Amino acid sequence: MIVARLILLFGLLLGATGSAQIGEPVVRYPAATLGPQFRFPRDHGAHPDHRIEWWYFTGWLRTADGKPLGFQITFFRSRPEIAQSNPSAFAPRQILFAHAALSDPATGKLVHDQRVARSGFGLAGAATEDARIALLDWSLTRRPDGTFLAKTGARGFGLELAFQPRQPAMANGDRGYSRKGPRPEQASYYYSVPHLKVTGTVVRPGRKGVVSGEAWLDREWSSTLLPETAVGWDWAGINLDDGSALMAFQVRGKDGRPLYSGGTLRRPDGSQTVLAPADVRFVPRRRWRSPATGASYPVEADFLVRLPEGVRRFRLRPLFDAQELDGRRAGMPAYWEGAVTTEGGRGYLELTGYAEALRL
Amino acid sequence: MSDAWRWLIAGEWRAHPMRFLLAGLAIAVGVALGFAVHVINRSAADAFGEAVRSVSGAADLQVRATSPLGFSENLYPRIFRLAPVADASPALEFNARVQDRQEPVSLVGIDVLRALTVTPALLGRRLDRREAGPASTRAAGADAALDPEAIYLSQAILDRTRLRPGDKVRVRVGALAHEFTFAGDMPGVPAGQAIAMIDIAAAQWRFGRLGSLSRIDLKLRDGVGTQAARETIQSALPSGTRLADPEGESRRGDSLSRAYRVNLDMLALVALLTGGFLVYSAQSLSVARRLSQFALLRTLGMRKGSIEGQLLAEGLVLGLLGSVSGLLLGYGLAALGLRFVGGDLGGGYFGGTAAELQFAPAAAILFLTLGVATAVGGSYAPARAAGKLAPAVAIRQSGDLVDPRERPRWRPALLLMLLGAGCALLPPIERLPLFGYLAVALVLAGGVAAMPWLARTLLRPLTRFDSRRPSVEMALRRLLGAPSQASTALAGIVASTGLMIAMAIMVTSFRGSVEDWLDTFLSGDLYLSTARSGAVFDPATQTRLAGTPGIADIGFAKTVPLALDPELPSVLLLVRPLDRPGVTLPLIERAETRGVGIPIWLSEPAARLYGKKPGDAMPLPLGRSGGPAQAWVAGIWRDYARQQGAIEIDAADYVRLTGDRERGEAAVTFAPGASPARVRAAIEARLPPELRGRVDIAEPATLRREALRLFDRSFAITYVLEAIAILIGLTGVAATISAQTIARMKEFGMLRHIGMRPRSILAMLASEGVLLGLIGLAAGAVLGLGISQILIHVINPQSFNWTMETRLPWTLLLTVAIGLVTAAAGTAMLAGRRALSASAIRAVSEDW
Repeated sequence: MIVARLILLFGLLLGATGSAQIGEPVVRYPAATLGPQFRFPRDHGAHPDHRIEWWYFTGWLRTADGKPLGFQITFFRSRPEIAQSNPSAFAPRQILFAHAALSDPATGKLVHDQRVARSGFGLAGAATEDARIALLDWSLTRRPDGTFLAKTGARGFGLELAFQPRQPAMANGDRGYSRKGPRPEQASYYYSVPHLKVTGTVVRPGRKGVVSGEAWLDREWSSTLLPETAVGWDWAGINLDDGSALMAFQVRGKDGRPLYSGGTLRRPDGSQTVLAPADVRFVPRRRWRSPATGASYPVEADFLVRLPEGVRRFRLRPLFDAQELDGRRAGMPAYWEGAVTTEGGRGYLELTGYAEALRL
Repeated sequence: MSDAWRWLIAGEWRAHPMRFLLAGLAIAVGVALGFAVHVINRSAADAFGEAVRSVSGAADLQVRATSPLGFSENLYPRIFRLAPVADASPALEFNARVQDRQEPVSLVGIDVLRALTVTPALLGRRLDRREAGPASTRAAGADAALDPEAIYLSQAILDRTRLRPGDKVRVRVGALAHEFTFAGDMPGVPAGQAIAMIDIAAAQWRFGRLGSLSRIDLKLRDGVGTQAARETIQSALPSGTRLADPEGESRRGDSLSRAYRVNLDMLALVALLTGGFLVYSAQSLSVARRLSQFALLRTLGMRKGSIEGQLLAEGLVLGLLGSVSGLLLGYGLAALGLRFVGGDLGGGYFGGTAAELQFAPAAAILFLTLGVATAVGGSYAPARAAGKLAPAVAIRQSGDLVDPRERPRWRPALLLMLLGAGCALLPPIERLPLFGYLAVALVLAGGVAAMPWLARTLLRPLTRFDSRRPSVEMALRRLLGAPSQASTALAGIVASTGLMIAMAIMVTSFRGSVEDWLDTFLSGDLYLSTARSGAVFDPATQTRLAGTPGIADIGFAKTVPLALDPELPSVLLLVRPLDRPGVTLPLIERAETRGVGIPIWLSEPAARLYGKKPGDAMPLPLGRSGGPAQAWVAGIWRDYARQQGAIEIDAADYVRLTGDRERGEAAVTFAPGASPARVRAAIEARLPPELRGRVDIAEPATLRREALRLFDRSFAITYVLEAIAILIGLTGVAATISAQTIARMKEFGMLRHIGMRPRSILAMLASEGVLLGLIGLAAGAVLGLGISQILIHVINPQSFNWTMETRLPWTLLLTVAIGLVTAAAGTAMLAGRRALSASAIRAVSEDW
């Protein structure tokens, strides 16, 4: 659930491009509606008519000598609001963007890298029939056996990881229709694949090593974004040791109070509890102040989730504090995205909209 | 002993402040001129390089199209996938006009997402349309830059357009125009650079360039050697593209003006050299005056080396004072020059770039050293002479150092001249005629060295004639009797006259050749050009104009820059219908046999730069087929307008190769009996509305006048430097003669004593002046003629790759001759009048 980040990245862009042609919609985006079931492998592939879409992997890795690492790899696709009449091969019909970050507690630092390109010339593009994305020298593909392969090579830092599903996809919200705000069109198509088995290699400055671990995939596409009053987002995806999985989020308003929240808990037996706004509460426990941006992040927090058997508390503790991603120099926002543990589980927590208010 | 030194120097300088002031001033002027020329050039070259670098956005390397027609965009993914390439940013480049303003701006179409990593300096910063100031820089770069309607403008453009964010901006490229929305500024573009940026897809679409690119900017992988990367990329390049780097590009631009700049530097050095002669003459005379002083000191026990050391120290102090004030003066001159003449010093090389004054510490040290070395060098010969004197003789004698009975030597002079002639035959170094300049210096030095012998050889025959005028006879005897003083005075005259005459002959020859060339080249009746507005004549307009009543023929032409060599500026391809009656080329050479492919005609500079002879094959990187087009050199024509070289190609051949039918110029031939004014009006009426007021129409006479005006402008600075060198030379003559006259006070006293009247003494001095002037003039004229031939046949062809025919500027030469002789005689008399005002008796009694 990283809509907020994408809005920060492309929101200005998408909002601004429309300004030249006020009055008539230049591009018609389909809205997310309650409706058809996901079909695979088709829905692993891109949905280019929608405004935004992503393939978002987070997880924990273990190096050959048993040291833990956190990582995230995200591929975005975006359809800008630009008239499609230009016959030029460079016309920006689709924008692809990818991002990779590694949290290493041994250094207490987060290293990251990104790629961005307009689709075309075989250099960048996302296939519609299955997960197959090319983005300059990075790529994401899905092999016939169902394993996802992500390659995010770069100088000094790179991930080459294979993700093997061991559980079926988990449709979030109402059979994959996931609401983000009070209005029904503020929604996305959303599924997660928890408990992915990860193998691969990690290149860090000065060394390269074999890793293995467990990851989480979030797949989401949408055309209508957050409520206009939203400033940020708190999200967590947790793989629990007993085989169950928790996804929980809240959208924050200007006053810091939730505008909307939700989530999914899937139990080891596969049964699912969909969490309504009233069922999820996010309670900050300890804040960490970023020396780089001055933002104060609730890096230690509770997700209180109301289940049929009663309220369950997931206390999230970071792998280390300094997992802020300051992308301002590359034209990106600053936010916190880090590996966290909870009692009987591990996962990722994302905190956005703390460094600067989101502008729509 | 140091006390004695101080006393000697201070005493001499106190006694004759003017002489040393003048010598110091000469050094100062030489240093100032050289330094100013250097600083201005450097500032201009920096500004030009900055312009090139700005529009390149600091890419590591670039793949560039060899012509403005561009190359296929399909090269982009191929280049991107090459191993040494970390990222690649495709771009289109245009010469555009913003808001229908006259001055062109560089318009680039880029993919912001690629520029983000490859050329961040080209990124735009969105300005909020509500607030005046820049919006949050948080998302600077990526935000809104995909907007196909957005245009970003550099500060230099904003300063002259007063646009507000959200305003419509009319952008014109050739025949096409589009209105963009002013979205923001370009903070990465340095001040003074007029650059506009739009999205690459919009650029392709709006300006008719779908499928084509002008360049691909490259970022190389870290750790990849640039040389290895170049080789890999080079081998992947198709015809019509070339590998470039921003440094190389600015070097290419720089190389065009380099020869011109070196030329100016050389002229500045001439001024410095003349300053050196002046120091020499001042010191020589001061030695002559102080002979008895030195002799006394020697008999009192001062060593020979001390006297030499003292004179050299005088030179050093003089040089330091002169050079330091010269540097300050030069820096001021450079500031003025940049303001009033422009960074190209009138050469017309760096059009449109505003240069900022750059301080050049290395050059300052160089010119300081040169100034000091010249002053010390000028003192060296007199110092040696003073050191050598025999004290017992000198203490009683205040005459000439050289025994008049000794025959002057002519062998060293001949050797210098021969060496000079040999140097003139050597080829250029790095496209600079360094040996040519050396030849000029050697011939000049030889001429100066020959003066004692020449003066004697020329004057001795005169003694046989009895003029019956004692003043003339005495002047003659005096000049023959004091040979070293005579030749000292002559050195300055000969050097400055020789150079002045050489320059005058060269410029006259050049101008005459240019006039002839213009007559051949401008054979049409009327010329149309869109060069200033950047508009074009499309095929429809061409047909319309061809139907204008009253014209017999109209030939449409176009100039296309074509990059043939990565180290050279682009050659200009001149596209014209060559089978027309009005088209003539000032051909120098013609091919004997036909070659393979398309016939092309090379200008003389192009033929020399690319080493081509008539009949040679010369493939051109043009055409849609991928490979270069086969062509052969059908002839070589004279051209003084395009130093980078030009190639004439027939319009039909060009269209076959490129399909490009747009033209920017036209030459009109009138039908017999047509009224020029009416035809002109008819043509203007037939121009489509968007071309009205954007086409310059000119008659050949106007163009000719304009061309000659430009020619004179580019030589203006040369004239100024030359005039200063002459002034220094004449000042030298005046200083030398007046110093000698004053030194001869005793002599005059004696002459008065034996009954010679002041008028006769003045007549004697005037005769001396005239004789000196005439000898200097004769020697200078011969020397100047010789040097002018080196300038015309060695330095010009090697610097600028063009040749010319020698023409003599008789009027100018006569003026110089009269001026020189008058100045010499006049100063001699003036100085004499001053000397004679002192009492004769006292002058004689001074003789102890």
